[in-house]
Amino acid sequence: MNWTVIENNQKINISQIPAITIEQLRNDYNRLKYRLIGFFGKKEEENTRLYVVLCDDNEGKIYVSSIVFSRDVKSYEALTKDFPAFHNFEREFYEEFNIEPLNHPWLKPLRQNQDKYSFFEMKGEEVHEVAVGPIHAGVIEPGHFRFMCQGEKVYELEIMLGYQHRGVEELLIKSKFNNRLAESVCGDTVIGHNLAYSQVMETLTDTQITDKAQIIRRIALELERIAVHIGDMGAISGDMAYLMGASIFGVTRTLVINTMLEISGSRFGRGLIDVGGVNFDIDETMQEKIISMLKEVEKTVDKVTKIMLKKSSCISRMERTGIVTKEQTQTIGAVGMAARASGMMLDSRIDLKDKFYNLDYIKFNASGDVHARFNLRYLEIKQSIEQIKDFIKILKEYKMEKLKVPYGVISSNSFAVSITEGWRGEIVHCVITGKNGELVRYKVKDPSFNNWYMLSLAVRNNGISDFPLCNKSFNLSYCGNDL
Amino acid sequence: MTITIINLLILLTIPFFMMGIIKKTKAFWAGRKGVSILQPFYDFLRLMNKETVYSETTSWVFKLTPMIMFSTVIFAALFIPLLTGEAIINVPFSFVIFSYTLSLGKFFSLISALDTGSSFEGMGASREACFSTIVEPAFFIAMGSVAALTKVNSFDNLKMIAENAPVYGILIIALLIITLFIMLLIEGCRVPVDDPATHLELTMIHEVMILDNSGADLGFISWSSAIKMFLFEALIASLIIPKGLAPVISIPLFLGAILLLSVMVGTIEAITARFRMTHVFEFVFIMSITALLILTLVTYGIYGN
Repeated sequence: MNWTVIENNQKINISQIPAITIEQLRNDYNRLKYRLIGFFGKKEEENTRLYVVLCDDNEGKIYVSSIVFSRDVKSYEALTKDFPAFHNFEREFYEEFNIEPLNHPWLKPLRQNQDKYSFFEMKGEEVHEVAVGPIHAGVIEPGHFRFMCQGEKVYELEIMLGYQHRGVEELLIKSKFNNRLAESVCGDTVIGHNLAYSQVMETLTDTQITDKAQIIRRIALELERIAVHIGDMGAISGDMAYLMGASIFGVTRTLVINTMLEISGSRFGRGLIDVGGVNFDIDETMQEKIISMLKEVEKTVDKVTKIMLKKSSCISRMERTGIVTKEQTQTIGAVGMAARASGMMLDSRIDLKDKFYNLDYIKFNASGDVHARFNLRYLEIKQSIEQIKDFIKILKEYKMEKLKVPYGVISSNSFAVSITEGWRGEIVHCVITGKNGELVRYKVKDPSFNNWYMLSLAVRNNGISDFPLCNKSFNLSYCGNDL
Repeated sequence: MTITIINLLILLTIPFFMMGIIKKTKAFWAGRKGVSILQPFYDFLRLMNKETVYSETTSWVFKLTPMIMFSTVIFAALFIPLLTGEAIINVPFSFVIFSYTLSLGKFFSLISALDTGSSFEGMGASREACFSTIVEPAFFIAMGSVAALTKVNSFDNLKMIAENAPVYGILIIALLIITLFIMLLIEGCRVPVDDPATHLELTMIHEVMILDNSGADLGFISWSSAIKMFLFEALIASLIIPKGLAPVISIPLFLGAILLLSVMVGTIEAITARFRMTHVFEFVFIMSITALLILTLVTYGIYGN
């Protein structure tokens, strides 16, 4: 057996993880056609062990294996040239462990050594280069964008990130059970990252949390999805200079995050989730508040979206802008909402058979352009609203259950994976523990890590003035990538 | 003399209110209270008190441009009918002087943008230059046709269309209003051509060209942009207001027309999205088409009968 098969939120002993060679990985990846969700190294005395985690989306199973590089092995034949989905993962592995993927087509710094970064250049009389960032006009995170253009047309966009590198993974190893730290991995996905962190820690400590806590966590996750999607729809409207959309979506988002404030004392849900359960209850008065707020939100969002999707000036800006085809999406291994807008069926809430959710893939015209991403956001908001209503119905049955249970001791020499579908896409947290139950490797993969390249593909052959619109339609995270 | 002074005062002050009204209208549509309509004036005062910073890569062109832009719009304003329906200077072919004076200002704003050496400002300059090449011929075709019809080649002819073309004159006036209104949106850099409120350098046209300007320079540039927009509103206003009215009636009519046009600009800005850059050119071409229609109508009027 080349692979150990586990499920989401399941731990195994590290001795159960087989060791294979790079060639076996190449063959298996080609044969199995599973999706790469983890590719990270760990120092082991003399050697470096590379863990590879694949996800079978049809069966909802996770495949784990590893490759050992002894101390004198300093390179291997890159996988990226055959499978572009490995692109960022191999760059990351090279940066952290200095084992070079040979013939990697794009082996540039990912998070560190930006001063050594060499940009792709096009030569020609009419080619001009536009550099944007790292400091931007709006109050956003830092990141550098380099466009190669001819006139208004973009040929190539290169994105250089890493300015937000804070060493999140090392910090998570140092401080155990620190949910406040996990919330700060990526500021716009507080619930998503915290949920993934809590789940992976509960898996490691064999903590069985109550169903009530599970449902409250999922309500919060969906509220976060609704709030961010509405905010993004407002931002997309703002970038098209459609004032009405920008202001009304902005107001509506406030309703959602203010409800989160009433639940947890933070508009973004900080402090709501802890390892072992949740800190705040959603009682009957709060349930009614949520339901009536959702009704109002749904009404407003319905109304404005219908106006916008009928307005020729809005449609003309969004349709056929920033197209990413399904084939491209699959090749580069993009995930989440953006991948679904290009026609991929990829949603860990559905694929991994979460027992609380009853969702189906949304049927819509997945054309892969800004219009599709705008429209999908709208449809996902509606879906999440229905889902929260269902959750609240079930929640009534668990009235007597506890919010939080004490957690146990971290098991030693274990490996655990937790996948959560945040609003942007799947968040993967992998942990490896040592012989005394200490954390020795913590790996975070934000969906932005997979999806930044999608933005580069989207703006190719588009007008440079459409870049901000494309960018907002993805709304990727800088710190989620930089960690 | 008093009329000249009043006209000059109107020219220098009304643009601030006009900008304020546009902002207020947008706020109204967005369901906000909005800032005071005097805010653009306060902004101007604030900028006047600020230090002006110059980039090391710029030359004298960059420093001179704000004053050139301001003086060219003021000079151009002398040739168009303002409050009382009469221009301060009335000379033959004043529309040619008007257009090329504004072009001189624009030329300097373009080379000043290039002077900074920024890749953004170069893009803005290229976009602005592109629009001008379409706008200028259209404006001349429209104004030339009116001059041919009325046999008067100053802006006074705007009020003489109806008497020279009794039947189709109203059509010519309507087409001229469309032409000038589109020109107003382009020259004033308003939605759907440009988005004055955006912070996104890559999509801007006018705003990106003045990214490096600061302090008093920026104040004068904003002021002259406002005056320039006011000039086009004044041209449209003098088209609609009939000739020979007593000042008691014509002055409120003029101010009312300015108010109405500003509210229109604000409303358009609130309820439409900005066009994609490639579609902006199609929009600008509408102006060429209406100008050619005016030419056709005038040709018919002169030779058709």
